[in-house]
Amino acid sequence: MSIDAARQAEPRDEVSAPPISARLPLLVTLVVLVIAILISIAIGPADLSVGAVVSTLLSHVPLIHYHSSVSTINQAIVWDIRLPRVVLGALVGSMLAIGGASYQGVFRNPLADPYLLGVAAGAGLGATIVIVANSGATTLLPFAAFLGGSAAVTLTYFVGARFGGRSSGASVVLAGVAVAALFTAAQTFLQQQHAQDLQSVYSWILGSLSVATWSDVGLILPYVVVSSVVLLAHRRLLDVLRLGEEEASSLGVNTRRVRLTVVAAATLGTAAAVSVSGLIGFVGIIVPHLVRLTTNASYRVVMPVSIVGGAAFIVLADLVARTIDSPAEVPLGVITAFVGGPFFIFVLRSRRAHQGVL
Amino acid sequence: MSAHVVTGAESDRIVTLDDVSVTYGDTQALRGVRHSVARGEWLGLIGANGAGKTTLLKAIARLLHYDGTIEVDSRDVAALSRRQFAQLVAYVPQKPEFPPEMRAVDYVTLGRTPHLGYFGAEGPSDRLIARELLERLGLRAMALRQLGTMSGGELQRLVLARALAQEAPVLLLDEPTSALDLGRRVEALELVDELRLERALTVISAMHDLTLAAQFSDRLTLLAHGVVVASGPPDEVLEEGSLDRHFGTQVRILRTEDGELVVVPRRVHPKGNHA
Repeated sequence: MSIDAARQAEPRDEVSAPPISARLPLLVTLVVLVIAILISIAIGPADLSVGAVVSTLLSHVPLIHYHSSVSTINQAIVWDIRLPRVVLGALVGSMLAIGGASYQGVFRNPLADPYLLGVAAGAGLGATIVIVANSGATTLLPFAAFLGGSAAVTLTYFVGARFGGRSSGASVVLAGVAVAALFTAAQTFLQQQHAQDLQSVYSWILGSLSVATWSDVGLILPYVVVSSVVLLAHRRLLDVLRLGEEEASSLGVNTRRVRLTVVAAATLGTAAAVSVSGLIGFVGIIVPHLVRLTTNASYRVVMPVSIVGGAAFIVLADLVARTIDSPAEVPLGVITAFVGGPFFIFVLRSRRAHQGVL
Repeated sequence: MSAHVVTGAESDRIVTLDDVSVTYGDTQALRGVRHSVARGEWLGLIGANGAGKTTLLKAIARLLHYDGTIEVDSRDVAALSRRQFAQLVAYVPQKPEFPPEMRAVDYVTLGRTPHLGYFGAEGPSDRLIARELLERLGLRAMALRQLGTMSGGELQRLVLARALAQEAPVLLLDEPTSALDLGRRVEALELVDELRLERALTVISAMHDLTLAAQFSDRLTLLAHGVVVASGPPDEVLEEGSLDRHFGTQVRILRTEDGELVVVPRRVHPKGNHA
C-alpha cells in the first residue's frame, strides 16, 4: 500500500519536467554584473562613493532629466575615464565568453576557445605587422588584428576539417595548435627584426583596457552585438550538435551550415574584441564551464548566461589588474591567466571521467 | 507472414531503392542495390561484417553520398530538404552519443527538431510528445535524470523515444541491441515490435544475431559484398549452404517445436578435440 502510494505520488512531478530555462541563472549573473560595474567605477585613484557613481550615471540617462550634485570633475572621471573602460571590458568579456562557448559547441571539445584555435596568434601577427610598419602608430591596429585572427581561424577550421574528418573536434584543436605556432613564429620573427617596437607590441599582446575610450566601445559594439545575436539564435542547434554529427543530420540539421555560421560569427566577434583589448586568455574556457558546472550544460543556458557572466568576469579581473599593484597596472591577460591556468587543468581532470565529450 | 513478403501495389512500398551504389575511395560498399520495403513491415538486414548493412542503412538515412535513386513514400529523397526528410525517416545509429550532462527529457525533446524551424524553439506540444514517449517507454521516473547516470537498457529505450519523437513513418535501426544483455535485447526488440504495430511504423534494422533477426523480422535481406544475395521470409533466407558461404563458417539451422529457427555455428574444433 505505501509502496503503491509512493509510486503514484513520486513520478508525476518528474514527468512534468520544467523546460530548459536560463531565467534564474541569468538574473543572478546580472545582479553580480551590476554590482561589479558599480564597484569597479567607484574604486580608483580618486575615491568615489557608489552613490556618486549612480548619481552620475542617472544624469546621463535620457528622458528622466535628473541633475547630479556630484562635482564636474568626478562626473568626468566616471563618465569619460572609468565607464568606457568598464563598458569595454564588459563587451570584450561577453564576446570572449560566448565565443568560447560557441567554439566548444561546434567542435564538441570542452577546451576549444578563441586562443587554442589561433585567433590570438593571428590577431597578434596582424597587430605586430601594423605596429612594425608604422613604427608604433596604431590607428589600423584593430582592423589588422581582426584580419589576422580571422585568417588564423579560417586556416585552423579548414585544416582540421580536411584532415580530421567532419566530426572530429580533437583534430581541429590540434590544427589550431599548429596554426597558432606558425603565426606566433612569424610574429616573433617580425618583432625581433624591429626591436625598437618591442614595447608597443608587448603591451598590446599582454592585453589591457587602460586606454579605453568611448570610440573603442563604438568600434567593437556593432561586431559584438551582431555576433552575439547570431550565436544566441543557434543555441538550440548547438544542443542538437551535442548528439553527434550523424544524429544531428538525421534530425534534419544541416550541420555543415550550422558549424560554418557559428564559427564565422564567433570569429568575427572575438577578433573584434581582441583587436581593442589585446590578448586576454582563458575567459572563453572559464566562464562557460562555470555556467555548466553550476547550472545546466544546455547551450540554451550556457550561451545567454556566458554573455553576462563573461562581462562580470572581465570587469572584476580588470578591477584586480588596476588595483593590486596600484598605481602600476598588471596586464589584464596576466590576471586571467593566473585564474585560467589552474582552471584549465581542473576542466581537463573533470572531463576525463566523461571522455571529453560535451 | 508471407502477406508482407509479396510487395503488391506501388503504394504498399514505402522505401524503394533503385540501382543504389556507394563507393568509399576504391572500395564499392554497395553495388547497384535494387530493393523495396513494404509499408508496416520489419525488414532485417543480415550479412557478415563489411557486407554493407550499415552502409545501406546510412544511404537510406541520407547520411552518405550514393548513386542511384532512393524513394521514401513515393518521393525521391534527394529532392527533399533535410527537414522534410527527417519527418519521414528516423535513424538510430549503432553507437548513439549520449551527452552525460543532458537530462533524459531534454534528450527526447531534441527529437522534435525536424518539426521546428531553423531558429525555432520547442513548444508545449513538443514537450507533451516527449513526455508521453517517456511514459510509454517506461522512463517516466527518469525524466530528469542525466544521461551519464543511466544504464545501457535505459539508454536504449531513450534513444528509441528520441527517434519516435520525430514521428517519422520509417525507423532505421543499426544493430539496435548490440550493447545489451540477452534479456534486455529481447525486451528492446519486443518494444520495437509493439511500437511498430501501434504506430504503423516500417522498421529496417541491421542485425548480427541471426536467431533474433529471424524471430522479429517479417523478411530478411542477406547482403554480401554490397549486393543483395537473398531476400524473403526468414525460413527461406536462412539456409545452411548460403549462410556457410556468406559468413565464412559452417552453421546448422535448427527448428524449435514452436517452429522458430535457431542458427548455431559449428565449431572448427569441437570441444576437447584440439589437435
